[in-house]
Amino acid sequence: MKNLRGTGLKEKDFEREFTVYYKPQLEYRWDTGLAIGKFLEGLRDGKLFGKKCNKCKRILFPPRAFCERCFVDTDEWIEVKDTGTINTYSLCYITWDMKQLKDPQIPAVIEIDGSSGGFLHIAKIDPKQIKIGMKVQAIWKRAGERTGSITDIKYFVAGEE
Amino acid sequence: MKGKAAIVSAGITKFVRRAKETPKELAWYAAKMALDNAGLSLDEVDAVIHGTAPDAFDGVHQKAEYLSDASGAFNKPYIRCYVGGGTGVMAPIYGWYYVASGIFDTVLVVCEEKMSSCRPHPQAAFLTIFDHTTERPLGPNLLWIFALEMNRYMQVNKIKLEDIAMVSVKNKSNAKNHPSALLGSEVTLKDIMESEVLAWPVHRLMVSPISDGAAAIIITNEEKAKKITDKPVWIQGAGWCLDTAFWTGRDLCYPQYVEYAAKMAYKMAGIKNPAKEISIAEPYDPFAYKELHHLEGLQLAPKGKAAELLMDGHFDKNGNLPSSPSGGLLGVGNPIAAAGMMKVCELFWQLRHEASGRQVPGNPKRGVAQAWGDLMQVGTVIVTGVDKP
Repeated sequence: MKNLRGTGLKEKDFEREFTVYYKPQLEYRWDTGLAIGKFLEGLRDGKLFGKKCNKCKRILFPPRAFCERCFVDTDEWIEVKDTGTINTYSLCYITWDMKQLKDPQIPAVIEIDGSSGGFLHIAKIDPKQIKIGMKVQAIWKRAGERTGSITDIKYFVAGEE
Repeated sequence: MKGKAAIVSAGITKFVRRAKETPKELAWYAAKMALDNAGLSLDEVDAVIHGTAPDAFDGVHQKAEYLSDASGAFNKPYIRCYVGGGTGVMAPIYGWYYVASGIFDTVLVVCEEKMSSCRPHPQAAFLTIFDHTTERPLGPNLLWIFALEMNRYMQVNKIKLEDIAMVSVKNKSNAKNHPSALLGSEVTLKDIMESEVLAWPVHRLMVSPISDGAAAIIITNEEKAKKITDKPVWIQGAGWCLDTAFWTGRDLCYPQYVEYAAKMAYKMAGIKNPAKEISIAEPYDPFAYKELHHLEGLQLAPKGKAAELLMDGHFDKNGNLPSSPSGGLLGVGNPIAAAGMMKVCELFWQLRHEASGRQVPGNPKRGVAQAWGDLMQVGTVIVTGVDKP
């Protein structure tokens, strides 16, 4: 275990070394699929839909075409509420490329009322007030502004306890 | 499985923030060191298994093929293993089943990662793990999911942030004695708590650093093992499990999939009471809370109680069940696949009393190493020991 190999470069070495730079130019166009397609239609109309598995009785949210536990096609569409409970959250002070944020982004897993699941969304709540178990309410974009996207809900705010 | 498989040699590079070496050169160092330590030539290796994480890190399509010559795979059967962060323990499991099944006598298992090439931050290479329609428009970064999981784990179990921070203190201190280590140092609880909050509750010093490095082992059957060493380290059990990718629908407070993987490995190893029958643990610790979370999944602490045991010194190098005596990812570094393999190498050295300054006291008989990855959903577990299974 002596004299292990590997040459660590110091910060100042980075610019001196020969390097090759490459920036990929790729674009993708993703199809929404059957279940999420309907979910996006609902978002555009200001409604949230889950899909029920009649075998395990779960109302899957966001909806999916199949139940991964029972391994069957899911059954009927169920409109769920746009209120819920914070399952967990974070106060995030950096972006994906490590830029600092003065005001934190607040990602949260929100358990949606009337469904068996939760989903990832953004909370807009005072960082000092937010806590796990807090009731929240969706704030939607106005009807004409909604495009059938997860961002048709702008964020969640504190709801009625 | 009827056939026996033993680890007979290990090799490793330094783990560094940015290596001058190419990925091939790093893999070559580790593979060659493992061969030299076993006194084997490449002719005596029947197949090569390579563990390495996403192609996107290197910007090289079919990265394993790119790395194959450096890993000794020229004109040999070659198998790539990739299960995200779980790769570093899954690759030795691949090695085990190829040998224990009798398909090959001797395999060389190499894990390599060079994270530093990806700009502006290798985190970008992971972003496509989020659902493209329901999650990515929200602008997620990878820290989100770990911060969400850590917060849930803390709140459900009422664990103090300071107690989780002590994992960083322990592992960075242990790493001082690891010759590969990038971040071995004596840091205080205050240092950890006062480090920058990245995504609350995750602080900078609770995260393992991105690194470059490689590690390798040789796995061989009983007959060959005896000829190579009088101190083979036997693979006694292996387990792996994948939870649902619909991650927002499960309770992140407990890694159920690690429990299933561990139970599979323990059953194979004939272990009934892991907390008593395991001498050393190397749980995956890319974040401080993950070590505790995983110790619970590995059944080495009751649910929600790993922090209490940590604070009692139970997991210290001189404690009842040393955890991450290597220094872990938090101390040695986190070149993804190589980091998991580093943990398997650590058990090899510890069980042979070759861990010098890191050596745990007494006469350790058996260790468990574990890795984790993907959307917080994969658990890979290997049990190794001095006794033939």
